Amino acid sequence: MKVLIIDDEPLARIIVKEYLQAYPQIEIAQECNDGFEGIKAIQQHQPDLIFLDIQMPKINGFEMLELIDNPPAVIFTTAFDEYAIKAFESHAVDYLLKPFSKERFDKALQKWMESNNANAKTNTQSLLESVSHSPMQNNRIVVKLAGKIKIIPVDEIFYLEAADDYVKVFTKEGSFLKNKTMNYFENTLDAQHFVRTHRSYILNVQLITRIEPYEKDSHLAILKSGAQVPVSKTGYAKLKQVLGL
Amino acid sequence: MSNSTNRKFRFVFAIWWLIWFAVHYSVLLNYGITQLQAFADSFISNILLAGCCLLIINNMRYYLPRREKYWYVLAMSFGLACLWLVATRLLLWAFFKNENTYLAMVSSSSTIRYAVAFLIFGCMATLCLLWYTQKEQKEMDARKTEAENLAKEAELYKLRQQLQPHFLFNSLNSISALVNVQPEQARKMVHQLSDFLRGTLKKEEHQLVNLEEEFQYLELYLDIEKVRFGHRLSANVECEDECRQLKLPPLLLQPVVENAIKFGLYDTTDDVTITIDAKKTENNLVVRVTNPFDPETCNPKQGVGFGLSSVQRRLYLLFARNDLLQTKAENNLFITIVKIPQVNA
Repeated sequence: MKVLIIDDEPLARIIVKEYLQAYPQIEIAQECNDGFEGIKAIQQHQPDLIFLDIQMPKINGFEMLELIDNPPAVIFTTAFDEYAIKAFESHAVDYLLKPFSKERFDKALQKWMESNNANAKTNTQSLLESVSHSPMQNNRIVVKLAGKIKIIPVDEIFYLEAADDYVKVFTKEGSFLKNKTMNYFENTLDAQHFVRTHRSYILNVQLITRIEPYEKDSHLAILKSGAQVPVSKTGYAKLKQVLGL
Repeated sequence: MSNSTNRKFRFVFAIWWLIWFAVHYSVLLNYGITQLQAFADSFISNILLAGCCLLIINNMRYYLPRREKYWYVLAMSFGLACLWLVATRLLLWAFFKNENTYLAMVSSSSTIRYAVAFLIFGCMATLCLLWYTQKEQKEMDARKTEAENLAKEAELYKLRQQLQPHFLFNSLNSISALVNVQPEQARKMVHQLSDFLRGTLKKEEHQLVNLEEEFQYLELYLDIEKVRFGHRLSANVECEDECRQLKLPPLLLQPVVENAIKFGLYDTTDDVTITIDAKKTENNLVVRVTNPFDPETCNPKQGVGFGLSSVQRRLYLLFARNDLLQTKAENNLFITIVKIPQVNA
């Protein structure tokens, strides 16, 4: 069985390594310093299990998982993160609070070995979904573009457009695809700055230059960039409320 | 005053004057004057009385006497009653110029009219005084509770910040790892961590410390962080000799450095060097903390971070100035500048 340890603190990795010595059947495929290395290593080694810290350089543990198409089973190792712990508790994925004892570690590993692998993976998926219902913590979106990882600060987003199973994120550098739903963004983005003006559009209200009537009952919002975003009847009401009109 | 109490008040006020009008009218009928005269007399007197009462209410709403309130009430009742009597008599005289019996009755009843008006104005003014004083008291209480709640929240936040759970648990985890591999280093870190925590606990908010002391404390913090992050983190601390004895509030710089470390370590994957230097300019101690960041993914113009806003707040509370904490970005470096005015240095 192959595992990966992803943590930016070397000493934290040493502990996991040490505890794993009791399991000769488990091979540590690689240790990773951050989420970027983590993504590469997961693609390369296809591990059965990863030990994952949450607070890491550049992209955090959750953001890393979002970028992997078929994430493996995860045991989180973290020091203190009230909000994340809530998400863990409602799902069967185990988590270790630093500092953790050998006994606690064994229990977590036992739990993983007993659950079948497919099960553990579904848990990872549902965990990610539940985390995504809380408001965004970092105010940024992490996307993959031609194998590279791009971090978009939320206030650089012009608008979002639904595109089948994806959402297109429009910024000054063009558009990026993110495998999330419109509902996800509507729930997590700051409602004072981002308004769902249409079934398929969410826009950054700070960038609106004017709103023009368009056909019956609907409007068009013109952004600073010149982009025109459709505004439905209900969307217009929401927009007026946020803008205080 | 809310809308519903306002409406209720108007209703009661109107009813009261209607009753008073009826009483006045029926009393006058006993004095052998015509119904018309009694009606006009009652109507004019009471309309003017009611008008004066509204005047008192409005006066009290916007100006509540602080000192000598009872003299104020007395003087106002006295003055208004005089004015009222003159106005009423003039009006009645204008209406019934030629009806001498009636006018004689008005003259002879002047004293009693004056007494009634004086009493009504006095009661009205006292009522207003009580009502508005009580209202003011209520508002003041609400403000006080709000201020207390805010202070409590701030206190709680400070306590949590002092405990720094994330830092603490991660450090303990590092110690746990070191125990087996490098027991000596583990022991050293236990001592450093203890010293650090002791430092956060004993400091008093208003007692200033020397920069030297604060820097020793920062070194302690940096040493612990260096153990945690290994070779990724290094720090340069420079302090001119003349600055060592300058004063600053305790633990002011630690959140700034913590912010720099987090910012630096979590925004890049490269090695991170934090630079801290202190200088004296004019009457200020100026401390600069520099950390690298990635201008592509980070937006330093978003301004003062979460950790820094508490520093700014503290500086404001201590020195009543908002310009003591500044941040700027130069190339790939993020610079935080803290100015601490030297009072009677």
